[in-house]
Amino acid sequence: MLKDKKNLFNLGLLGIFIWLLIISYNSSKRKPETIGELLNDFSWLSDWPKWLDLPLMPWINKGFKALNENYGFIFEAINNFLLFMLMSLKNFLVQAPWPLVIIGVVILTYFASGKKIKTTVAVGFCTFFIGFLHPRFWDKAIETTSIMLISIFLCLIIGVPIGIWMSRANRVREKILPILDLMQTIPAFVYLIPGIMLFGLGAVPAIIATFIYAVPPLVRLTDLGIRLVDTEVTEAADAFGASRKQKLWGVQVPLALPNIMQGVNQCTMMALSMVVIASMIGTRGLGDEVLLGLQQLNVGRAAEAGIAIVLLAIVLDRITQSYGETLQQRNSSVKKDLK
Amino acid sequence: MSKIEIKNVYKIFGNNPQSVMPMVKDGATKENVLEQTGHTVGLDNVSLNIEEGETFVCMGLSGSGKSTLIRHLNRLIDPTEGEIIVDGTNVMNCNNQELIDFRRHKMSMVFQRFGLFPHKTVIQNVGYGLEMQGKSEEERNKIAMEKIEAVGLNGFEHQYPNQLSGGMQQRVGLARALATDTDIMLMDEAFSALDPLIRSDMQKQLIDLQSELKKTIVFITHDLDESLRLGDHIGILNAGKLIQVGTPVDIIMKPADDYVKAFVKDVNRAKVIKAKIIMKAANETKNINKTNLIKVQEDQFIEEFLPQVVCTNSNCEVVDKQGNVKGYITNKELQTSLTKS
Repeated sequence: MLKDKKNLFNLGLLGIFIWLLIISYNSSKRKPETIGELLNDFSWLSDWPKWLDLPLMPWINKGFKALNENYGFIFEAINNFLLFMLMSLKNFLVQAPWPLVIIGVVILTYFASGKKIKTTVAVGFCTFFIGFLHPRFWDKAIETTSIMLISIFLCLIIGVPIGIWMSRANRVREKILPILDLMQTIPAFVYLIPGIMLFGLGAVPAIIATFIYAVPPLVRLTDLGIRLVDTEVTEAADAFGASRKQKLWGVQVPLALPNIMQGVNQCTMMALSMVVIASMIGTRGLGDEVLLGLQQLNVGRAAEAGIAIVLLAIVLDRITQSYGETLQQRNSSVKKDLK
Repeated sequence: MSKIEIKNVYKIFGNNPQSVMPMVKDGATKENVLEQTGHTVGLDNVSLNIEEGETFVCMGLSGSGKSTLIRHLNRLIDPTEGEIIVDGTNVMNCNNQELIDFRRHKMSMVFQRFGLFPHKTVIQNVGYGLEMQGKSEEERNKIAMEKIEAVGLNGFEHQYPNQLSGGMQQRVGLARALATDTDIMLMDEAFSALDPLIRSDMQKQLIDLQSELKKTIVFITHDLDESLRLGDHIGILNAGKLIQVGTPVDIIMKPADDYVKAFVKDVNRAKVIKAKIIMKAANETKNINKTNLIKVQEDQFIEEFLPQVVCTNSNCEVVDKQGNVKGYITNKELQTSLTKS
């Protein structure tokens, strides 16, 4: 019976393929007058024939237009919501006196890293140097960071639950993994463009594109982290009568946290690189400094902005990474003792 | 009625276990099934009864299905076919919530690699089962402290498991299982990961605790000495089949087949066999040399009085706790019981 189902499915796929061939033939303007010609003149076998062309582009364009016309209000709502969040965050950080922001970052690092003085001091200096390189960079760095933080926030509230869901159901996992592959392999520019069409130029398509680009590692590492929790420990939870919910939140998620934090770290790094690319669609921030330097062939300017981006990366990386390490120390050495 | 009854349990691992069932029931060997269908036979028609208050040891080498068997008792693994009856209820008919309640109140478990929660302190670990039972934190901590004291870990209650040595970690595991005060305790190779000295220490602790608590313990091990020391009854598994069930003496004196024979051949019998097993009852013995009799308690192991017998070349008089004479042991009995067949 299982085999029958599979055969039927394959037959269906074959049907769709033939249907696509017929459609591409019919919709093409440069097809031969009769099909009979194809059997007399075999020149179409040497070069790819013009009529063998799947009209995917007009379909997608039409679809997008329809989407925009009929459901535009949804995108506008999303747009306004994200923009509102972004603006409040950015304005808050920009208006705060810069020494206070640096002190805030230092305090955050101090506690996230488990009170490591060395890391804290290094991060403090890196933060200072972003503004020190060029006073204009300070506000731009804040703008970049705000876009990233909003994207990462989206990644967390969407990516982590999906990762958890994947870890609990193999079927879901099978379906989501190829989507993640797709998200990671499609060039970023390809989804920047529909982003612009739906949300207009500016920060919001950048947030969406950053989300698409940065969420896969978080989903993967959440899934992996939960799957890697020692089976004996989850068995122990089961054996003492934990319900699925109790097991998930009381045992699996806390023990997967180092891996999830690693995912957040990866997510942050990828978000940063995407924010730079997003400067191409008019997102302001450190990225457009690089772009300006490039356009003016001003090596110094591009380098300065590049260094600022690296410094920002170091700051964000150290904060997220060291938090994960602090968690890891407690959880992992149980396994070490056994060996 | 037995505390735990396992009836004709089969477990087959693979994509489509049901399809292999007829073959297994026809008596195909584990190797054949694996070769022809790619399915692994975990358990093959296992039936056994475990009585209330006894320590049942399930013994076998790795891959014999013993860990699979113990996981069937609290349904961490579901059987392909068969029934598991605990206290008269068929566990196989439990729905999700009933199963959770069953695990919370009927059984607790100790794991080979301890299975402690690394993100919880010792006292939180010990209190985990109570937390699942829905007890308040105050009550939880009170009971947990009692159990921590019972296993001799006072002072460590606020440490994390990774700060303890292996032996101490397993004490935490034991305390956690004791804390829920369930009738049945499952111990999956509980002492196998410990070094020999600590292991025998833990065995002694378990025997002491058991003499007070009288729980039904199902103990899994691959170590024959351990099973002889702890078990009231021993079941021997090989390739998913239960080969022999019996008391330690049964296993040694009457091994069911060559496999068991090979297992017990290096056992120090004097260490396992008690005086009352080999004695000749008092009313059956006549004209025995009653000069120089050595007095022996009926529960003493042979090794405890053997040196004295050899030195003085005399017979033994076996007495019970009240001092009544139960029987006699002569050289002949010693010889038959200690000779390897």
